[in-house]
Amino acid sequence: MCSTCRCSDEAHTTITDVKDLHKERYHDPYAAHHCSGHEHHHDHQHDSERRLIHLEYDLLEKNNRLAERNRGWFEGRDICALNMMSSPGAGKTTLLERTIGNLRAEYQISVIEGDQATTRDADRIDAAGSRVIQVNTGSGCHLDSAMLADALRKLNPPSHSLVMIENVGNLICPALFDLGERKKVVIMSVTEGEDKPLKYPQMFRVADLMILNKVDLLPHISFSVERCIAHARKVKPLIQIIETSATKGIGLDEWYLWLRTEISTNGNGSAHSK
Amino acid sequence: MHELALTENIIAGVAERVEGARVTRVVLQIGKLSGVVPEAVRFCFDVCAAGTALEGASLEIVEIPARAICRSCKSTIELSDMIALCSCGSANLRMLSGNELRVKEVEVL
Repeated sequence: MCSTCRCSDEAHTTITDVKDLHKERYHDPYAAHHCSGHEHHHDHQHDSERRLIHLEYDLLEKNNRLAERNRGWFEGRDICALNMMSSPGAGKTTLLERTIGNLRAEYQISVIEGDQATTRDADRIDAAGSRVIQVNTGSGCHLDSAMLADALRKLNPPSHSLVMIENVGNLICPALFDLGERKKVVIMSVTEGEDKPLKYPQMFRVADLMILNKVDLLPHISFSVERCIAHARKVKPLIQIIETSATKGIGLDEWYLWLRTEISTNGNGSAHSK
Repeated sequence: MHELALTENIIAGVAERVEGARVTRVVLQIGKLSGVVPEAVRFCFDVCAAGTALEGASLEIVEIPARAICRSCKSTIELSDMIALCSCGSANLRMLSGNELRVKEVEVL
């Protein structure tokens, strides 16, 4: 447990539609139920009365069940949802801004922004021209499938569209929580160091695509793209890798090609174009 | 980081299932590569259990070893970490176990 972030301790998630900045309190189903009202009287109990109950249930069962519901919700509406994960500052929001700017004529794109606090990222996405819902996780360090379900109800994305979920900047916890997305994308930037995949293997193992961002800075730093890719493939041999600079526009065509392929390879094969 | 959320989840899930009985022991299975640190769960357990049906319960954690089958040579190997290679040199492995996060059983009064 991280004593700094106090993940989910007394967590209250806030979901904000930046269009009306209407806030509502969201009760985190994973937060502890402080049932102080239990009144069990267990006087005169003996060891012989102890019973063993085989529960055999998965700790992430509730999250996974809700994630499958979200997945079905997306499938029913022919929506391609992507879970975008990275450490803070790797360039997720900038990449989304660029993507919205370049593909808005082609696809309807809406965004769910996960951050501990503020609507700063959602404001940027709003300015870029996409419908956006901000989820503030409070002390929580990741989005879970219940938060996503709530945000989706508010976002109400149109059928045949693209929903980008920008997870809380964190390379550890988001890896564990399925949201019901079609694909998981991990973004790492060259300034973070080439050994990130080895240091955070869980994240790189669950990701379908790795975007290596900020490659325009390569001339100024000591970073071996080859070694970084080798590290990533050690953790996940078949991971797809795209090198980009979201600010300079490098590699974005390859990212858009990946997106178009992903969007068109949905269940019924129909095109999502407007 | 997520262990506190998970531990709260364990407490709430068990309390719901035992329907008011007092829980004296909880047995968890945690896979070696599940991404969850048993010590961190132990660290939060007592605090999270306070005021619930699990208050004062002992916690037993069974670590499940990580095993995988090599897609290249088909042999089964045990993994010590996530960055693993089969002795044949292939990294193309399919996990068989080691991702578990389960409440196995509880003892109630």
